[in-house]
Amino acid sequence: MTLTPNLTAHWDEPDSYTVAGYERHQGYQALRKAFEMGPDAVINEVKDSGLRGRGGAGFPTGMKWSFVPQGDGKPHYLVVNADESEPGACKDIPLMLASSQHLIEGMIIASYAFRANHGFIYIRGEVPHVIRRMHAAVRDAYAHGYLGKNILGSGFDFDIVVHGGAGAYICGEETALLSSLEGMRGQPRLKPPFPAVAGLYACPTVVNNVETIASVPAIIRNGADWYSSYGTEKSKGIKVFAVSGHVNNPGIFEAPLGITMRELLGYAGGIRDGHSLKFWVVGGSSVPMLTEEHLDAPLSYEGMESVGTMLGTATPMVFDETTSVVRAITGWLDFYKHESCGKCTPCREGTWWIDQLLHDLAAGKGKTEDLATLEQLCAQILGRSFCALGDAAATPYPQALKLFRSEFEAGTHTAANDLFDPAAAVVFSGVKTS
Amino acid sequence: MTVTTPATGQALPPVELVTCTIDGIEMSVPKGTLIIRAAEQLGIEVPRFCDHPLLSPVAACRMCLVEIEGQPKPQPACAVAVGDKMVIKTQMTSEIADTAQRGVMEFLLINHPLDCPVCDKGGECPLQNQAMTAGHAESRYNGVKRTFPKPINVSAQILLDRERCVSCARCTRFADEIAGDPFIELLERGAHQQVGTADDQPFDSYFSGNTVQICPVGALTSADYRFKARPFDLVSTPSTCEHCAAGCGLRVDDRRNKVQRRLALDVPEVNEEWNCDKGRFAFTYLDTDRITHPWVRDEDGDLVPASWPEAIAIAAEKLAGVRGKVGVLTGGRVTREDAYMYGKFARLALDSDDVDFRSRATSTEEAQFLASSVAGSGLGVTYADLEKAPIVLLVGIEPEEEAPIVFLRLRKATLEGSTKVAAISSWASPGFAKTGGTVLAAAPGAETEVIEALATNAATLSEAASAVATALREPGSIILLGERLSAHPGAISAVSNLAGASGAALAWIPRRAGERGALDAGALAGVLPGGRPLTDAAARAEVSAVWGTHADALPSQPGLAFAEVIDAVLTPPIAEEPAPGTEADDALIIAETAVESAAVATDSDNEAADAAAQNAGIDADLEEPEPRISGLVIGGVEIDDLPNPDKFREALRDVDVVISLETRLSGVDAYADVIFPVAVDTERAGSYTNWEGRVRPFGKILKDAFTLTDGRVLAMIADQLDVNIGTGEPAQVRRELDELGTFSGPRVAPPAVPAQSVSTPEPGQAILASWRHLLDLGVLQAGEKYLAATARPAVARLSGATAAGIGAIDGEAVTVASDSGSITLPLLVTDMPDGVVWIPGNSPGSEVNSSLAVVPGAVVSITAGGAA
Repeated sequence: MTLTPNLTAHWDEPDSYTVAGYERHQGYQALRKAFEMGPDAVINEVKDSGLRGRGGAGFPTGMKWSFVPQGDGKPHYLVVNADESEPGACKDIPLMLASSQHLIEGMIIASYAFRANHGFIYIRGEVPHVIRRMHAAVRDAYAHGYLGKNILGSGFDFDIVVHGGAGAYICGEETALLSSLEGMRGQPRLKPPFPAVAGLYACPTVVNNVETIASVPAIIRNGADWYSSYGTEKSKGIKVFAVSGHVNNPGIFEAPLGITMRELLGYAGGIRDGHSLKFWVVGGSSVPMLTEEHLDAPLSYEGMESVGTMLGTATPMVFDETTSVVRAITGWLDFYKHESCGKCTPCREGTWWIDQLLHDLAAGKGKTEDLATLEQLCAQILGRSFCALGDAAATPYPQALKLFRSEFEAGTHTAANDLFDPAAAVVFSGVKTS
Repeated sequence: MTVTTPATGQALPPVELVTCTIDGIEMSVPKGTLIIRAAEQLGIEVPRFCDHPLLSPVAACRMCLVEIEGQPKPQPACAVAVGDKMVIKTQMTSEIADTAQRGVMEFLLINHPLDCPVCDKGGECPLQNQAMTAGHAESRYNGVKRTFPKPINVSAQILLDRERCVSCARCTRFADEIAGDPFIELLERGAHQQVGTADDQPFDSYFSGNTVQICPVGALTSADYRFKARPFDLVSTPSTCEHCAAGCGLRVDDRRNKVQRRLALDVPEVNEEWNCDKGRFAFTYLDTDRITHPWVRDEDGDLVPASWPEAIAIAAEKLAGVRGKVGVLTGGRVTREDAYMYGKFARLALDSDDVDFRSRATSTEEAQFLASSVAGSGLGVTYADLEKAPIVLLVGIEPEEEAPIVFLRLRKATLEGSTKVAAISSWASPGFAKTGGTVLAAAPGAETEVIEALATNAATLSEAASAVATALREPGSIILLGERLSAHPGAISAVSNLAGASGAALAWIPRRAGERGALDAGALAGVLPGGRPLTDAAARAEVSAVWGTHADALPSQPGLAFAEVIDAVLTPPIAEEPAPGTEADDALIIAETAVESAAVATDSDNEAADAAAQNAGIDADLEEPEPRISGLVIGGVEIDDLPNPDKFREALRDVDVVISLETRLSGVDAYADVIFPVAVDTERAGSYTNWEGRVRPFGKILKDAFTLTDGRVLAMIADQLDVNIGTGEPAQVRRELDELGTFSGPRVAPPAVPAQSVSTPEPGQAILASWRHLLDLGVLQAGEKYLAATARPAVARLSGATAAGIGAIDGEAVTVASDSGSITLPLLVTDMPDGVVWIPGNSPGSEVNSSLAVVPGAVVSITAGGAA
């Protein structure tokens, strides 16, 4: 399958994030077309395109928009979830840096479709350069009349607020994000009510991923048929894949859904020279890991489901044989323990406990029964926590144990660093960790 | 007397039901019922921590996970509403639910300290209990437990042991949702999540104690109870709070005849499950400065201990000498039963109607209003009515300070319902701000003008006032009237008129627990039990029938009220001074000597002394008019509660006979001829009638206490006087009160006192505005230092212009002075009318009655800086 640059098509141009740079490549043409089509037609077009949420859950975007009650007399809001914090995920941040106007145009079109006059971009707090870039891009769009009152004489008003988070993974969860945006503590809220009914400031709100919204202008400009001609039956369209880890040429590759990991590995220059693939994780650390045998499974929502994992953010991390799987998932659990918001018991206490047991195993000080205990603890979290963060924390271990049991068993007597030299796993030549 | 049955003929609105199956049992519940509540109805207790029926669901602890057929994951029973045809399986029948719950319990315990043996919650701890039902017998956890330095003060009263916390957020939700004091919040994240306060912003909420009660672990404790007792050593008795007119249900826990703590009782129609910190923590007064035996004054004027028979005999003797000229003054401490006995004692044993329970600033206008519109009126406006009212207008009352549960219900009504709150007040208090309503600003005394304007709903009204006036005319609207307005002539008449003109229901909320009951029980001049007008022959006949006396045994002319009694003592009727050495003067001297000697005379001497006194008296009458009041029976009067304490002291000094019934040395004792120790609430049964008119009975708590009620002491004195007023035992009194019921005949007319013109302050002067803080120097808070430390600081409030006018600076001292004294407090510039100064009524450094001896509405001088 060939690469299909769309959002990333002009990243080699230095001003790709400006209105001028964007307009050179049909930028803001889709907006004009959308205003001619009318809001309902835009929703239908997006529905027909088969676009699904690119944040990981894959919910059909057009359908989400159509859930917003119309004529309810309340303000509607569009919130772009730019809190990309998943270990391994690095697609929204480059998109905001280089395709800023795609996102802004997409926001205007989406908001026009479900009748919102205010949009928010909630960017994770750890990336101030991205926050600055988006502020500049929004200013640029205002200066060109694409934001503000009566945009392009359409009578449609739209304003964008760029909001930096305070550095919490949980705020990628949409209701926690909304709480944080309201100035409250970033913890998830009970659903129902869902954001489409009572979201930001208790008003109907659509929360969409950066990539989802940025994909909208091309769909409107080229038509639903164009977009849905890419991809598979259930996973239509084009996706930004970010390949990282033990490959020769890590990077971002835009391709139709359904491409295989083997093909992506090819674009990424293959596994590090002299090494072989040990395992890979397709959707960020929160989805079950895969191995060599899954390289030909299509990278689509249903394709990944068929091999027991999830497409997630579609940002594959690749690990070669120098990697200690015990050390890898211990690192992830450090992250989840640190990022657990504390609201619900299973996630708060479970990550505290699991992390301790994994550290014991990584240090070669684990007990035989810890392997089973860990499995049970994960089962005690999975499906019982308040939000998906707990599920994510409970996901890596069971699959890793299934695939690499002996490594965990070795953790009862030998430290992971003795089995796998950490320096060998470092991708940059000449860098030693010990 | 209190009919609580809803009015017949009112059909309840139909409730939409859904049918579900829980553990194989089919049931129908109203739509929207949470699974956990539905299960409770079947007697199935799903374990829980964060769930609380009066707080919004949060589903944080995950302890109540249950299986719902068709759902891939177990669901929190506390947050999911029952759906039609839903099949639910709890831990009773579902392996999934049981495993899920046990897993959560295991997690909850890993970071929980095993300090149950020293934890105050041990023995009554939901975590401990549910660990037994849903936990593993042995822990698998060998890791590092999270620890914190312990404990920290979130306020002077509330302590937090963070390592015990299970992050259920009940306390923070209570503070935010119920009290409106979100001074505590969850901080940090993950396993380090903890409850905390902002720097220099302690959890000084009037309702903070509730968080201790609803904490499902021992994380929140109160400084006053910490390490004091084990729950299994305590005897719990349901009771009623004595601190205000709200009528909260209390659970009083005592150990070996000493009260250890008090908790809020679940009384849905009154206080729901909450109470205020005063009601919860202010009980050390029960043991403070108590009198344990009677005292009598000997011939040298010294108080000496006396036996009960001796004290009774002397009291009876002295009262017999002044019969018909005795004022009976009681205070808010008295129960309904004791108040009834004071009234009965006055009328039968003393031939007097000079009885009043209002030991505070009062007016005859107020007495007439109470007689016409409140006394014996039964259950009127209720807490539930507040929740349904389109508007509640507050006049002369500050609910958060004076009746905190009324405040909580108003807040609930404004948050959950469509109730609006408006107040006629000098400024928007913190409590009022939390109910988010409209303040129609008025200086004390100027309220009448606003009230009259609302009654006419004239076109000249401001937009805000017009909205209030219009809302008051909607069905269900309510006016709450506080006792403060009695200081302003015409104000109560205007409120009464406004209620009539607008159709709004009117409820009177006194500050003290005993006042409404005392009024209903007839402890007010001119008002017999059940709201019977004394002047009404039929009413007198009904009462005398129950009292077993001739109808003409009761006084038929209304007696003197509180202030009038004091005046009568201090200003005897004008008479010609008898010339020295005349017969009459000599006779008077003889009589006085005789009476005094009679007090210590033996039985055989009595007759002669009496005769001498009588002869002398008759002779003396020829020349000097009899003083209207020569004796006082006083029970529960706190001198500094009176608008002019020195004046009252002077009256006590001047009057011939003072009989005092007290729980503690009150200040009256310095003037008393006989002092009787009486029971406090924990030592007697009784009841208070709350502001709704709802009788809130309570039983004796300290079973071994051997003290007598006021009523019992009065009955013994009456016996000695050979008058039968019953035994005074609460049970007997209650029977009599039930028998008397309420009066069905006509009441007196409501007052129609014209408005008094409002005083205009000169430069350097202001009109005094004041009410009391909930936590202040009140004697029922004596000895509770932790509670006192959470009180609101005393400040003087002025408008910016008024402050500028006297050169006062925000935060710096301002002195408020009257002819009697001055009060200096830091200034807090407040949005309020110009020319008004507000200071708290009885807070440290601000004791209005004893320092200034004026009532709100008076003109006082204001100066920048401290007292000269």
